[in-house]
Amino acid sequence: MSNAVARVRRPINAERVKDFLVKNAIYIVILMIILFIIIKEPAFLSVNVFRNILSQSAVRLILAFGVGAIIITQGTDLSLGRMVGFATIISGSLLQRAEYASRFYTDLQPLPIFVPLLIACAVMAFFSAINGWIVANFKIHPFLATLGMSIALYGILSVYFASGDAGGQPIGGFDTRYTDFVIGSTLGIPNLVIYAAIISVIVWVIWNKTTFGKNIYAVGGNPEAAKVSGVNVTKTIILVYVMAGVLYGIGGFLEAARIGSANNGTGTGYELDAIAACVVGGISFSGGIGRVSGAITGVLMFQVISYGMTFIGLDQNLQYIFKGIIIVAAVALDAKKYIKKT
Amino acid sequence: MQEYLLSIRGVCKSFSGVQVLKDVQLDVRPGSVHSLMGENGAGKSTLMKCLFGIYRQDAGEFFLEGKPFNFTDPKHALEHGVSMVHQELNQVVQRTISDNIWLGRYPTKGPFVDERRMRSDTLALFKRLNIHLDPDTPLHQLSVSQRQMVEIAKAISYDAKIIVLDEPTSSLTEHEVDLLFEIIGVLKGQGVGVIYISHKMDEIFKISDDVTVLRDGLYVGTDSVENLTIEKVVNMMVGRDLKDRFPPKINKPGEVHLSVKNVTTKYPPIVRDVSFELRRGEILGISGLVGAGRTELIQSIFGVRTLVTGEISIDGKLVRNRKPTDSIAHGFAYLTEERRETGIYPLADITFNSTIANIRSYRNKAGFLVNKRMDEDADKQIAAMRIKTPSKKEPIRSLSGGNQQKVIIGRWLLTQPDILLLDEPTRGIDVGAKYEIYQLIINLAASGKSVIVISSEMPELIGITNRILVMSNGRMAGIVDTERTSQEEIFHLATKYLSNTREAEV
Repeated sequence: MSNAVARVRRPINAERVKDFLVKNAIYIVILMIILFIIIKEPAFLSVNVFRNILSQSAVRLILAFGVGAIIITQGTDLSLGRMVGFATIISGSLLQRAEYASRFYTDLQPLPIFVPLLIACAVMAFFSAINGWIVANFKIHPFLATLGMSIALYGILSVYFASGDAGGQPIGGFDTRYTDFVIGSTLGIPNLVIYAAIISVIVWVIWNKTTFGKNIYAVGGNPEAAKVSGVNVTKTIILVYVMAGVLYGIGGFLEAARIGSANNGTGTGYELDAIAACVVGGISFSGGIGRVSGAITGVLMFQVISYGMTFIGLDQNLQYIFKGIIIVAAVALDAKKYIKKT
Repeated sequence: MQEYLLSIRGVCKSFSGVQVLKDVQLDVRPGSVHSLMGENGAGKSTLMKCLFGIYRQDAGEFFLEGKPFNFTDPKHALEHGVSMVHQELNQVVQRTISDNIWLGRYPTKGPFVDERRMRSDTLALFKRLNIHLDPDTPLHQLSVSQRQMVEIAKAISYDAKIIVLDEPTSSLTEHEVDLLFEIIGVLKGQGVGVIYISHKMDEIFKISDDVTVLRDGLYVGTDSVENLTIEKVVNMMVGRDLKDRFPPKINKPGEVHLSVKNVTTKYPPIVRDVSFELRRGEILGISGLVGAGRTELIQSIFGVRTLVTGEISIDGKLVRNRKPTDSIAHGFAYLTEERRETGIYPLADITFNSTIANIRSYRNKAGFLVNKRMDEDADKQIAAMRIKTPSKKEPIRSLSGGNQQKVIIGRWLLTQPDILLLDEPTRGIDVGAKYEIYQLIINLAASGKSVIVISSEMPELIGITNRILVMSNGRMAGIVDTERTSQEEIFHLATKYLSNTREAEV
């Protein structure tokens, strides 16, 4: 046996530069776009813009953590958007001002705000656990399992939405305790950013410092190896989905107050933003690879670009085109890293 | 029975009607190495899978220290002190060495994984086994032999009473093999029972105490190593006279047909500077250990791998096989090693499976496919190769392995190739069907086609080839005349460049 794999400093040469460029191409492109935005509109570099971008990223980041862990296990989650939507309706319906005209529950007494939060988390954890159970037990591809869940859930949440005393009107008029909790600031820092930061730390600890977290990577990297080493693969997969459900619950709770209203269409398409951010952040669809910092990078980059493109007055449709290209390019470059050369 | 650590009695197992284990027995004494031998397909792996609960045996019993047991899964086995190093490395290559070793049983401190202890335990384990690797290195940065040592260390770290080593030395260097044998010696001293599966005779005779031989799923016998010789073991493994297992070689090699010069591949696994000639109507075998570069050599010829150097000429004319379509146009056909993964379209019928490589030729002038001609050709193949199937509309998945293989060989024959590259053509096929495949190969050669056959089964190569090219660690160790060689000579050649692994990697 030779000694520990020596980490020799290789000389910089063309091959290495090319390697670096390929590995980081997507970030280089994104940085160039950002640079372009700044040159075009120097006012982009301001504390205000920075704060806005961070608070807009907060909920997206929490959702990206949920689906990110699922992606690490070689899965995906198309029901994320509906989960979030359901959570916004549940939270919103339980936290309306007493004097608001069209309340969902006319006679509801004000609740402590953590109660709706817990309910939202529990309900999403339940539905997400079903996803996990179906994926792990019936070996159904997560794309299909969660597609089915997404459609069914839309039905379920719409039934709930229509069942309110206000009869299917958008849920608004939130309790100020709720809105202050979510969109207020503490010491000049938006609360949303603080929550996202706390959750980032917790998620980082779970992913990196617990047996469950390490098992997520093992199951995603090589399910067979995990199995013969005695890891309960089924349980790990179900737990990953449960964890995602809890995060969707939190995300939905925050999102309702952030937007200021909720209806049965809230959350539509969020899954794609979250998945795209994960992929751009290097959480690989091939499984077993992905970091918390990657999800953060992915979400922030997307947000900076959307904000920036709007900031310089770029047409919304052009923005879609750019985003689409970035996603596919990110995946293509990610795949290139792992393709075995023959 | 009390004196045995592990006893296996009368184990039977069959898959969809094919009996792969019949009345097999094995006894492992504490502090001994018991070698399990047999050709590929003899049932060694199936027996181990039954032991670990991956398969459930149809009949038979296992006794651990005299008590009957049945493991439900590998975890259950590990909990009872039975661990295994699998031949194909089952590892999470994205993760670090210590993550892999303690996978499934991470030490914890409160709710968290105790990384520090994991690291120090790994270092202690490595120190005991004389392995010098940083526990924090991701596995994908290690060489295959280093990964194998990690896997062996992991198996030992369970403090197992019984350790099964399935071809543990297939990619180890000589020095590492010595190290492994030292470790096995220490384990023996501690009363551990080792089940050692290997094809390498010299290893078997070096470290075994007892040897059990299986053949075609049957228990042949057990003896202590002092009473055995290589000849005896080979006889037990092969059983019948070789002549009855193989059809007569009626092919007559002619002038040089294919000439391969200085083939070196760009990306690992590397094939280094291989040159050889194949004569018209000849069957050339390729032998070598797992990872010796046999498949890679064929793939280089077929245009799957990127070459740094290499010239291929047919009948003296230089051809360039940059991609498989070039090779097919030049008259090559390539039967892949993994039939299930890369050979068959499992749900499609026989007609589709046998015509797909040649599908363009079934178009009419308007560009549409003519079903009638495809059906006719499928029928022709079924008749010519005696494929056992109720109809050509049968999905290929429902055929036996041997018949599937015939369909795929038929597929390539429809492209009218001159040179056939066959990678493990009889893998996973039962003994009776093998004979038919051999007959088919020899008939093809007799009809003027030139054939290259890769096989891990030595008797098969000796039984059907004219010459054998032996690969060792990516290089050609030699070409031997089948009539004048022996298994020992081939074994010897196959290990020729092994001790140089380290240099080769640098």
